[in-house]
Amino acid sequence: MAKRLDIENLNLYYNKFHAVQDVSLQVHARSVTAFIGPSGCGKSTVLRSLNRMHEVVPGSRVEGRVLLDGENIYAPGVDPVQVRRTIGMVFQKANPFPTMSIRDNVVAGLKLAGEKNKRKLDEITERSLRGANLWEEVKDRLNKPGGGLSGGQQQRLCIARAIAVQPDVLLMDEPCSALDPISTLAIEDLIAELKKDYTIVIVTHNMQQAARVSDQTAFFNVAGVGQPGKLVEIGETGKIFSNPSQKATEDYISGRFG
Amino acid sequence: MRTDTADIERPARTPAFQPLSLGRKVRNHAATTLFALAFVVAVIPLLWVLVTLVRRGLVPMLNADWWTHSFYGLLPNDFGGGIYHALVGTLEQTLVCALIAVPLGVSVGIFLIEYGRNSRLAKTTTFMVDILSGLPSIVAGLFIYALWITTFGFDRSGFAVSLSLVLLMLPVVVRVTETMLMIVPDELREASYALGVPKWKTIVKVVLPTSLSGILTGIILGLARVMGETAPLLILVGYSRAINFNLFDGPMASLPLTVYTARKTSTEAGEYRMWGAALTLVLLIMLINLIATLLSKLFAVKTK
Repeated sequence: MAKRLDIENLNLYYNKFHAVQDVSLQVHARSVTAFIGPSGCGKSTVLRSLNRMHEVVPGSRVEGRVLLDGENIYAPGVDPVQVRRTIGMVFQKANPFPTMSIRDNVVAGLKLAGEKNKRKLDEITERSLRGANLWEEVKDRLNKPGGGLSGGQQQRLCIARAIAVQPDVLLMDEPCSALDPISTLAIEDLIAELKKDYTIVIVTHNMQQAARVSDQTAFFNVAGVGQPGKLVEIGETGKIFSNPSQKATEDYISGRFG
Repeated sequence: MRTDTADIERPARTPAFQPLSLGRKVRNHAATTLFALAFVVAVIPLLWVLVTLVRRGLVPMLNADWWTHSFYGLLPNDFGGGIYHALVGTLEQTLVCALIAVPLGVSVGIFLIEYGRNSRLAKTTTFMVDILSGLPSIVAGLFIYALWITTFGFDRSGFAVSLSLVLLMLPVVVRVTETMLMIVPDELREASYALGVPKWKTIVKVVLPTSLSGILTGIILGLARVMGETAPLLILVGYSRAINFNLFDGPMASLPLTVYTARKTSTEAGEYRMWGAALTLVLLIMLINLIATLLSKLFAVKTK
């Protein structure tokens, strides 16, 4: 559990559009790495390339290497399905499966992989929901549909679903952007707890959030429409927010643009 | 602040809300009347058809024999007998049609949306399906006649009818599957992929259950539509007044064919059979629509 990621010379394309150019960075195990930057700078695209979700979009292409504890997830012969079992993802919009109950949502990954042992599934349901700080709120209605929960609860349900398969790395794509401040706080507390066991990468538009939850921060930027996004700098979060080495980072953080 | 004098100095204002002018009242009423009238004009023929059907078709139906007997051995002037032979034919023919058209059509729909999206093959298929959905039923009948009977040398039979109905039902099933899969949000597919679920399992366990209610409703409505088709039946199978369970051998009755044949028997008993069969067909289609509504409620995505 909890592995490190090394991204080496990553270039990402949508058809002919060069979306992300030459990104190299390290994501440390058992820590939170935040990706920040203006819209269109490619931070979500980079995140989606870390568990091979980028290639789900027709016409997309990847160059470069992403090493999970030294193993290239883009090596020939590597099955993207297996990569995604090891590197989980939580999306911007909470997306519980509408036809499944709360319990089935949590263990969907295991059930669809063929796990049938009911006791084991029940155990994992409770552990994952407790891990996502949702157990107390839903333990009496595990058989009700997941779509009946509030937005914040649905997002925590999705986190429970993602950690139920016990991934090595958890990717979060703006997980709080559709939530109210109280639900956001609940998720941020959760991230702080999860990093004891997981490697977490989070994309966020909220710079206070990046400052609150992350250990290191990567700032991405884009020169203009149609230009590729680039990594400007990455460093310890405290340093990026107090004393960045690049002018662009300082401008963005102090709100002079973006 | 000199509020006391300010109030006096303020200019007089007209009230914001004034009574309705006569012209607007007249136009308002005219519009309401016009639309109500259109509604009445549209509903009258529908009600008329229904009333005529029930008034003439109800009498034969009230006889218990109607549901258990055929017209076998009846002379043109004999009342009595039943529609059982035609019910058997219609149900068998449409059931076999559905057994072929539903798996095929749903699979094509899945291919078009889940695998072929925007590929040349998918675009061509969609175009062909569009053409097929405008195919007149008589042409479907002629095509099957040329293929199944003239070229392959089989006899006219209930199964040939089923084949022609497949041609008519297939585009409906493909279309409805496509539409229903299209409205399943991509976020759900991605959520499933992100859990390490393979694509085919994502389709079977996540995408299809989410759209099941709509697909089922569409299939059943398509079924109800081909059930009343008459033109291919006239070409592809002979009418029989006896009960025939065998789709592959001999003439076979069906409800539309019974209506058509009974009309040619220009006696009072013939009319009695014709209206009885017509009402039975309408009731059957109504029943199927009802089942569609129930199924769509049963399989609808729940939030409570």
